[in-house]
Amino acid sequence: MLKGLLALLLFQGIGEATSHYTGLPIPGPVIGMILLFLYLQLSSREISIGLGDAAHFMIRWLSLMFVPACVGFFFLTKIPANQWLPVIGVIVISTLITMIITTLLMKYLMARPKLLKPKAEQ
Amino acid sequence: MVEIITPVLLLMLTFFAFSLAFWFYGISKSRPIISSLLHPLVTAPILVSAVLLLINIDYSDYRKANQPLFFLLGTATVALAIPLHQQFHHIRNLTKPLLLTLLFGASVAVITALFIAWVLGATPETLISVAPKSVTTPIALGIAEKINGEPGLTAGIVVFTGVIGAVFGPLLFRWLGISDDRIKGFVLGICAHGVGTARAFEVSGKCGAFSSLGLGLTGAITAMILPWIIIYAFK
Repeated sequence: MLKGLLALLLFQGIGEATSHYTGLPIPGPVIGMILLFLYLQLSSREISIGLGDAAHFMIRWLSLMFVPACVGFFFLTKIPANQWLPVIGVIVISTLITMIITTLLMKYLMARPKLLKPKAEQ
Repeated sequence: MVEIITPVLLLMLTFFAFSLAFWFYGISKSRPIISSLLHPLVTAPILVSAVLLLINIDYSDYRKANQPLFFLLGTATVALAIPLHQQFHHIRNLTKPLLLTLLFGASVAVITALFIAWVLGATPETLISVAPKSVTTPIALGIAEKINGEPGLTAGIVVFTGVIGAVFGPLLFRWLGISDDRIKGFVLGICAHGVGTARAFEVSGKCGAFSSLGLGLTGAITAMILPWIIIYAFK
């Protein structure tokens, strides 16, 4: 598991460096995730148990790592009093509408076999 | 003395609040609707905020003390590559429906956000800050900076969006009769980024992998197209 954690940190570092030096608007960890994914896809080896364990451990406690960021919402002091309604309204209404629309769209698209496996048909 | 141990105590506060919230969530599992609303992502931050207000500690001090968790959030993001790799055979066959859903979903998220904000009387500053709301926090901050939004406001809005999506998503799926983990995961990733992904992994590994995919792709696409929408809308 230590080797696995080391690999995750290595890709986090590569991602941070790539994000910093290329000026891409994508954050380092997301670039690290993409690079690690590409590496795993291209190398035909199985994922080592250590890396699997490390990833499983990190993902299991993902919610915990979001707590400090979520607390920040209660300490937003920069919203003017007349802007609270638009802010809360937008978040709740637009998120729910978007979720309903994307769910129904994806359900519709998945039920159309023509769209699936385009290559297999040719 | 107090200054020395405060950071440790504030970090412990996060773990303590989360453990308590997690335990509470566990005993409410038998009632799915109540349990969704009592997700640790809702209850733990409320608990922490209440304690901070009670003992009169600034959020900036709390944030500094919890820097290790912000760092590990990055490591956990990298770790999402592993389930993505393991589940990729499910994803490869669905390229077209996934891409169509993604493009449409990312646009609907931005357009509905801007429209509803405008209807509710938002100022241009608020409009710009709410636009990147469904993207994962670090990307949203980058976008907000590019389009001159208020970073602190954007960060708060993004996190709150994730919590709303993660809490109400499972209820919506029940209501719409969705049982396919691929749909649940991808929608959670598109609409509720990392917070939704944390929730998706509670459903199943497949659900989490589709959510990771949605999170990564939505972030990348919104980062590319949103600055253009904003330039056009405020011309």
